[in-house]
Amino acid sequence: MYQYTEFDRAFVRSRAAQFRDQIERWQSGKLSEDDFRPLRLQNGWYVQRHAPMLRVAVPYGELSSAQLRVLARVAREYDEPEAEAYRLASEAQRKLGTVHLPTHYAHFTTRTNVQFNWISLSKAADVMDLLASVNMHGIQTSGNCIRNISCDERAGVAPDEVTDPRPFAEIMRQWTTLHPEFAFLPRKFKIAMTGATEDRAATDWHDVGLHLLRNDTGELGFRVSVGGGMGRTPVIGTVMREFLPWNQIMNYIEAVVRVYNQFGRRDNKYKARIKILVKAEGQRYIDEVEDEFRQIVEHDGGPHTIPQAELDRVSASFLPPALPKRLDHATSADALAKLKAQAALHPQFERWLQRNVALHKDPSLRIVTLSFKRLLQAPGDASADQLDLVAGLSDRFSAGEARVTHTQNLALPWVHADDLFPLWEAARDAGLASANVHLLTDMIACPGGDFCALANARSIPVAEAVTQLYQDLDELNDIGEIDLHISGCINSCGHHHSGHIGILGVDKDGKEWYQVTLGGSDGSATSGAAQAGKVIGPSFSAHEVSEVIDAVLSTYLSIRQSIGSRQERFIETVRRVGLDPFKSAANDVRKSEERVA
Amino acid sequence: MTSTTHLRLLTTFEHSQDANQQVVSLANDEDPLTLKDNIETIERIELNFPHFTDGRAYSQAYLLRRRLGFKGDLRARGDVLIDQLVQMERTGFSSAVLKEGVDPSDAQRQFERFLAFYQSDVVTETPVLHRRALEPLK
Repeated sequence: MYQYTEFDRAFVRSRAAQFRDQIERWQSGKLSEDDFRPLRLQNGWYVQRHAPMLRVAVPYGELSSAQLRVLARVAREYDEPEAEAYRLASEAQRKLGTVHLPTHYAHFTTRTNVQFNWISLSKAADVMDLLASVNMHGIQTSGNCIRNISCDERAGVAPDEVTDPRPFAEIMRQWTTLHPEFAFLPRKFKIAMTGATEDRAATDWHDVGLHLLRNDTGELGFRVSVGGGMGRTPVIGTVMREFLPWNQIMNYIEAVVRVYNQFGRRDNKYKARIKILVKAEGQRYIDEVEDEFRQIVEHDGGPHTIPQAELDRVSASFLPPALPKRLDHATSADALAKLKAQAALHPQFERWLQRNVALHKDPSLRIVTLSFKRLLQAPGDASADQLDLVAGLSDRFSAGEARVTHTQNLALPWVHADDLFPLWEAARDAGLASANVHLLTDMIACPGGDFCALANARSIPVAEAVTQLYQDLDELNDIGEIDLHISGCINSCGHHHSGHIGILGVDKDGKEWYQVTLGGSDGSATSGAAQAGKVIGPSFSAHEVSEVIDAVLSTYLSIRQSIGSRQERFIETVRRVGLDPFKSAANDVRKSEERVA
Repeated sequence: MTSTTHLRLLTTFEHSQDANQQVVSLANDEDPLTLKDNIETIERIELNFPHFTDGRAYSQAYLLRRRLGFKGDLRARGDVLIDQLVQMERTGFSSAVLKEGVDPSDAQRQFERFLAFYQSDVVTETPVLHRRALEPLK
């Protein structure tokens, strides 16, 4: 992991002190509510439906066990609503049908950050100090600035990697942090990066999507796409450069953002993202950026050209950890035979090996996903105890490191093959071993109308209904790999646009309705090129949603074909036959008289 | 901050007294590069923040200093929040008109907070990340 220098540590502490100063001026009336809002947002503090929400940055998703323990402490000691606020919140949610609002939880987001729902603003400064003690903060996790940079969850450990993206993500984190010119852009700005052939970071859906690759002569560079985004106008990024030399990336992004800062729309917040500018201006935007890039390099002297020495310095932080020497060689026939024997004795372990354990670039190691998709807890939610427990597991089995994944789970990147069985036992006992990675119940879901002020409908009950309906692992495995994405509103935090099945909450006369889309893709190999799903007709009532999913999946099972020795995946069937058979199956579910247009 | 002289902070009254200069005022949607031909003769350029969350003037300031080499006074007007004074200074502003009722000590305190920043800016040309790469780590 990146090792913070004294400079980095002092910087985070200064930021915490600055925020404390702003809170005090706000409390004393020197800073108005309106002026304070953008400042607290840029430190990760929202005010939501019932209480404030804190978003903590997890740069490129990497967490140490010490950081996990502090997050556990924040959940345990601070994620606690005031009694009256909680009573009012519970009352309001009960009217919608929510029987219990969880407290003392952390929540993993699709952009690999961590959120808390109940911390009082009066404790905000103390929480930021506590986070700073393990080099954590909420800098630029909200607001119209360059947000936390997300990365491939398997960065540095994936067998299909060209190069480790984390050193570049770290250099970029530093460059974006309190950038003086780009703190008040027309709208938020998100960068995602991968160094692997498989895209596990939904890069084409980001304002800037970066792929590290090598050109024909073996030089390292980036494919740069700009102007992707979800929201009410889903757009896939436009490739601006097929190959940009690695050391020019900051200069190039400076040009991308400067042109956006000057020309992005500010009159309508729904048209303010860079995707709208790129779409409206097309080649003119690209020409402006290329011209600005030339000026930055030729006239300004390319001030943010990355020196090799700096890349080397940062890369040194990301060397593989020194793992304890093992007697067993995991690749030996003995070790594999032992795993097979254990799997034969424990069918659940065998399923878990198939679904939650991935190959590593080191043949004796594995990447293990701890699933945070299970009954009784919302997708991506972790209790204080679970966070502590994962800290222990990562110390014991993964060199003290865990990764937040884009799909709201945690991955342990350094697990020795010999440790898989004891790790599975411990994860199973903690309820974190659902063998469902990439299956239907491993859905993405935003907190929705139970917490979020923007939501039109709740997401968690939809996720819960699907989880309850599909508990049979045989059935789940038969349905196969499928991306179910659920958003409580058009802001698309639950990435419904990119789901093979997307569920979008809409509001009609104070009631919750859900639009269903099919055929979306996040850009991974199994999903195909990134694209937005298509709506299959008018919205469904809350009760109908899980039945619609059931009808759509039954249709798939009845019409799927074989491809060689395997069955066609859901997304492949949708691409082959189109929406019609699914539409008619979904239509048969409709019961309600009253319809949303 | 390497420089010890900070952005000059003015009250609206001081600003109104400060009138004997060759001044150009730019709206924040105007292209600053159009001033290229007479940049040498301008003594002061005023850039406007209609609302403090509208950050276009930061890019204008950067372009005026870095791209056109403007040497005169670059002044921030409008919705100037003290939390952005350091940012203004870093993008090349040399003076700012404070809003009525701002406590000068609150404003001054903002300059003392961060010892340095990661990026290069108009004040500091070498980014911290370069300097660190060149110097041995302590």
